[in-house]
Amino acid sequence: MSERTINREGQLRRALAALRRDPLALTGSLVLAVLVVVGVGGSWLAPSGINEVNVDQMLQPPSWAHPFGTDELGRDVLSRVMVAARVSLQVGLVSVGIALVVGVTLGLFAGYYRGWLDNVLMRCMDVLFAFPVLLLAVAIVAVLGPGLSTAMVAIGVVYTPIFARVTRAGVLSVREQVFVRAAVSVGASDLRIMRRHVLPNIAAPLIVQTSLSLAFAILSEAALSFLGLGVQPPDPAWGRMLFDGRGFVTDAWWLGFFPGAAIFLTVLAFNLVGDALRDVLDPRQLTVSEARRSTA
Amino acid sequence: MARFVIRRLLQSAVVLLGVTLVVFLLLQLVPGDPVRVALGTRFDPQTYEALRARAGLDQPLVAQYFDYLRRALTGDLGVSFRSGRPVTAIVLERLPATLSLAVTAVVFAMAIAFPLGIVSAIRSGSLVDHAARVFSQFGVSVPDFWMGIMGILLFSGVLGWLPPSGYVALTEDPGRWASHVALPAATVGLVTASILTRFIRSSMLEVLSEDYVRTAEAKGLRTRVVVLRHVLRNALIPVVTVVAVQLASLLGGVIVIEVLFAWPGIGRLTYDAVAARDYPVLQGAVLLVAALFLLVNLLVDILYARLDPRITVK
Repeated sequence: MSERTINREGQLRRALAALRRDPLALTGSLVLAVLVVVGVGGSWLAPSGINEVNVDQMLQPPSWAHPFGTDELGRDVLSRVMVAARVSLQVGLVSVGIALVVGVTLGLFAGYYRGWLDNVLMRCMDVLFAFPVLLLAVAIVAVLGPGLSTAMVAIGVVYTPIFARVTRAGVLSVREQVFVRAAVSVGASDLRIMRRHVLPNIAAPLIVQTSLSLAFAILSEAALSFLGLGVQPPDPAWGRMLFDGRGFVTDAWWLGFFPGAAIFLTVLAFNLVGDALRDVLDPRQLTVSEARRSTA
Repeated sequence: MARFVIRRLLQSAVVLLGVTLVVFLLLQLVPGDPVRVALGTRFDPQTYEALRARAGLDQPLVAQYFDYLRRALTGDLGVSFRSGRPVTAIVLERLPATLSLAVTAVVFAMAIAFPLGIVSAIRSGSLVDHAARVFSQFGVSVPDFWMGIMGILLFSGVLGWLPPSGYVALTEDPGRWASHVALPAATVGLVTASILTRFIRSSMLEVLSEDYVRTAEAKGLRTRVVVLRHVLRNALIPVVTVVAVQLASLLGGVIVIEVLFAWPGIGRLTYDAVAARDYPVLQGAVLLVAALFLLVNLLVDILYARLDPRITVK
């Protein structure tokens, strides 16, 4: 086992140990675990069908039969909140996955080759940074057409620059290290050096950024759904449920309260875990607020 | 300093050029013919042809872009597919509403964040510090539109103190403007305040550990003098950037809040343009917001370099 592999395993062990020691991070991890279970098994776990209309049960407040109440069509809000968890997780994972793959690739090439390629790629990222995140996402979804897939692509595009910048910054310091120069001197190809030597050594800030970006991607998806540009009815999404519930805000508070609380808890959990990971893996990286500022 | 300003100006010009390209390409991403998509199934062929020609869609792509760029530089962003009015006029009409909301929200945020961030740093580890950290974690995690809905429920529904939505211009009736802006500004401002509190706290803590602060304390200066004269002045330099960047993002980033509170600003205009598939208005709004965002960032960088001369050296 190479020394670097041992170091990486040590880093991972330290991160997990830190998560276990930090009560806030532990709580965040537990919330995320519950979310994953609900997200995967929501349809089976939900007490009622998500589109089960019941005109006798319209706008019922929370009760034992319907712990989160019912909506204007008599549908069970708890069941819809549970099933919508899958949408949020799916959008978060896919959109951040897109941003991660594209951003890391661009950042790797920019930082490794530098010169004109670096200039061109980073100016393109500067251009994307010039747009407020939600505005650009709205514009992309508006022209491509509303829906889950386009929302995921739009969120992926707007979060790509942050990954490109974090990756490039890491590559610029790693490429000057002795082990990279040693790999060059023994004739390793550029792709091999990037894959085997550079990428593993910049993994820590990327893991942290991924965790924080998941939180913001879920917030962005909720905002898009709130504007009617994400998941389309009758499928449930937390943002869409909030939008539908705003018309009944004074008469049926539960319609707005529970989906919003679900978004809040999920984003908070990702932020708590992200903060704890940052403290262990990459203490010098941006704080949550700075990350949000740079991606807002 | 002059070289730094010129370099930043050139960089901003290049990025702005890229922004115009992205905004221009948005229209090309529309599947099919954007004018036909906008007009729907029933339309007058003459209107269709006129709009296509006015939008330059009968030209080759490169010619279309340069034409768009040339017109944009002279302030002509085309005409609305829906109303036929100039986009520039439509967008500029909405700017005061967005500006008044964004500025009020930032002032509200600063009124909370400055005292909280400063006290939290000076009394690090105290109850106030813990409360400030909980507040900032809450602020970065809570969806602002959820907080807005809960605000409407409490202050309009239960207490009946504030109107749930709507807009009155500041110049028309300052009192009614204030009652209408209070809820949306507080909603956006609380999120901004949590971000600022965290930043002010960390900036203060960093300066508090500097040698010159220790020297000031060793000279026997009172804590208040050390904080006001030595710590605050230095700690607030980077905060200027954050405040300005927050203001800039609010100019284009409050779509959801403007929709929720029926606030007729740029965000609401963008939303309406999306719903009506009025692509020239969408393009115009996005371009204006991005240009404003760039301008604010440029001004902040220059101001920052003036406040801290080390920046130009770097």
